[in-house]
Amino acid sequence: MGLILTEDQLILRDMAKDFCDEKSPVERMRALRDARDATGFSRELWKEMGELGWIGIPFPESVGGGDMGYGELGVVLSECGRVLAPEPFVSTVLLGGNALLLGANEPLMKELLPDVCSGERILCLAFQEQGRFAPYAVETSATRDGGGFRLQGRKQFVLDGHVADQIVVAARTAGSSGERDGLSLFVVDASAEGLDVQRSELLDGRNAAVVSFDDVAVDAARTLGEIDAGAEVLDAVFDRATIGLCAEMLGSFEDAFERTLAYLKTREQFGARIGTFQALRHRAAQMFGELEFARSVVRDAQSAIDDERDDVAECASAAKARCSDVARLIGAEGIQMHGGIGMTDEEEIGLFFKRLKAAELTLGDAIYHRNRFAGLCGY
Amino acid sequence: MSTENLEQFRLEVRSYIEEHLPVELRVGTRKDLPREPFRKWVGALTARGWLTPEWPSEYGGGGLDRKQAAIVRAELKAVRAPLPGSASFGVVMLGPTILEFGTEEQKQEFLPPISRDEVRWCQGYSEPGAGSDLASLQTRAVREGDEYTISGQKIWTTGADKADWMFCLVRTDPDAPKHDGISFVLLPMHQPGVEVAPLTLIDGNADFSQVFFDGARAQAKHVIGPVNGGWTVAKRLLQHERSTDGGSEGGITGALKETLVDLVKREVGLENGVLADPVIRQRLASQELEKRALGLTMRRAMEEARAGQTSRDIGSLGKYRWANMVKDEQDVAMLSLGTQGLGWSGPGFDDKQLERTKAFLTTRADSIWGGTNEVQLNVIAKRVLQLPE
Repeated sequence: MGLILTEDQLILRDMAKDFCDEKSPVERMRALRDARDATGFSRELWKEMGELGWIGIPFPESVGGGDMGYGELGVVLSECGRVLAPEPFVSTVLLGGNALLLGANEPLMKELLPDVCSGERILCLAFQEQGRFAPYAVETSATRDGGGFRLQGRKQFVLDGHVADQIVVAARTAGSSGERDGLSLFVVDASAEGLDVQRSELLDGRNAAVVSFDDVAVDAARTLGEIDAGAEVLDAVFDRATIGLCAEMLGSFEDAFERTLAYLKTREQFGARIGTFQALRHRAAQMFGELEFARSVVRDAQSAIDDERDDVAECASAAKARCSDVARLIGAEGIQMHGGIGMTDEEEIGLFFKRLKAAELTLGDAIYHRNRFAGLCGY
Repeated sequence: MSTENLEQFRLEVRSYIEEHLPVELRVGTRKDLPREPFRKWVGALTARGWLTPEWPSEYGGGGLDRKQAAIVRAELKAVRAPLPGSASFGVVMLGPTILEFGTEEQKQEFLPPISRDEVRWCQGYSEPGAGSDLASLQTRAVREGDEYTISGQKIWTTGADKADWMFCLVRTDPDAPKHDGISFVLLPMHQPGVEVAPLTLIDGNADFSQVFFDGARAQAKHVIGPVNGGWTVAKRLLQHERSTDGGSEGGITGALKETLVDLVKREVGLENGVLADPVIRQRLASQELEKRALGLTMRRAMEEARAGQTSRDIGSLGKYRWANMVKDEQDVAMLSLGTQGLGWSGPGFDDKQLERTKAFLTTRADSIWGGTNEVQLNVIAKRVLQLPE
């Protein structure tokens, strides 16, 4: 697998594009936001995506998945990104689903993943306890209690936590906050006693919950990975989720850039179309360049997973460092080049700007990932 | 040619190189190649036409197909065999242009000496008033019988002081629109009416010259392509030039043995495996990520072209990002070196540091030659994004 789309991926892309254009134009996302929809996305559409096999792409056939790769998943995510579809790929597939898959707990996989693939079960991953991305900064504790554990602590920015059927939670079984060792992952039902989930809305219209655990009991059989070595699973989950998120961002870049380009070609000021002004032409050329570079690093990262290369971590950070910067560039220039109209809620470029800002800061910004890349390269 | 025959051919090439590449050329620096062994080695190469492997053998080329030529290049590269640098204007740029636009007579006269590395060529394109806007060039050529008389001035002519011939853009019709009055002509450098004045650049090098024409002569039969149709020929030649830019693996900086990462680690120092300065760490990672993304983007473009997928032309983008990357590498090196990056001569600076100083200065030109950054952005805006004008 390489840097270009295969024939099959091209077909999948065209299908996904037609589907998204027809069933999920940007107005749909706006309508969900304006209605303050209780779910925040469409369960019906999510199930349709399940029937099309999109949700199950990265999961094995034994649990109802498609046993395909990130090349395919990336194609679908990009098309969703083009129309800002808020369906829960990040929470349910990339984060929660990957935790189940990579946690390698067979009974749990068999119990939960089939309904995930069909679109009936929503998952989330509760890991974050502070604003800046710091995967090991976990104080939430899991204390042994007979054959199980008791959870105590508070998580924030739990994407789609308000509708999740199961919550995968990262808790500390040893060590102290910031340490990689001593983390463990557990699967908690949304109905568990002592669990409190508060929905909050984000600037991009999506949802992230505050989840509190007050002496929540969890059975040892509902552990993902090894006790104290949960970071082994978590690191791999974040790499894959980051690469998937970058694929979604790529689609949003493309659409936001095309909209901005179209505006430069039509808007007239001083008796000329503003796309004739060199100050804007050069900046548009810069955006084009960044978009091309982003596409290359994201495709490379996808094939690093699919080809089981040993540089997935470097590729994930290379992709997110780039995409986070490009998100800021294309978002900011999108608004700036649209001028005053770009600041209005009515103009769609603002919706892209806000989604790109959220994606930029989710799972680590450019500074975080450049530091991580440097560390992986030995400096 | 079948795969088996190609493998056979590869072994032949390998053993020929093994037989003829003198031991003295296999080790040590590339700066001071021992003269006599190098002359013999180039002779061995040109005997097979391997400086110009794809050219027809009747013009001194190797007469090879693309796959065979690629094998020759790969094998030469594998042993880091030194090649005559002076040949590039003839081999890479002029030769392919003559093959495409030249008459049979012109091919026979000019191609064999190029393939044997016997003639040094220089490129007379830029003028003081025609840099980015090359087509506004003013050097005049007036027809007198079988000759043209040339007056005017060229600048930034690489190797003019050592060249035997120049391929030169001249204005043959001053009344035509600027692109339509230009001709592409070949003229000997060693004649009255041609004066060469080397230019010393900020890095201390004097590879470029100004060339003054005052009644210099060129033969009318040495116009390549149609008279007044030289702009097309000139642009085609530039494509040959650009096709080589990407292949230089970091260009000038490729010559530096120490990688940027090693230099920064050494100069800035590690604390617990992490660079002691967090800002320089970010700058270094940015630079390394840019290198990686540029390489992937060029590879992706090639794969897309090979797969017949429609892809946007990224030639200008590649040149633009490459230039910035090469410059930024030296910027990061200078930040890391501090005042140790300021040495010019005398004690207190080691060779690696002095080399970086020069590389920093030299690479300032990379966003200027071969189309400035601003011209590349103009090209992207117009041709790729199709913004209105």
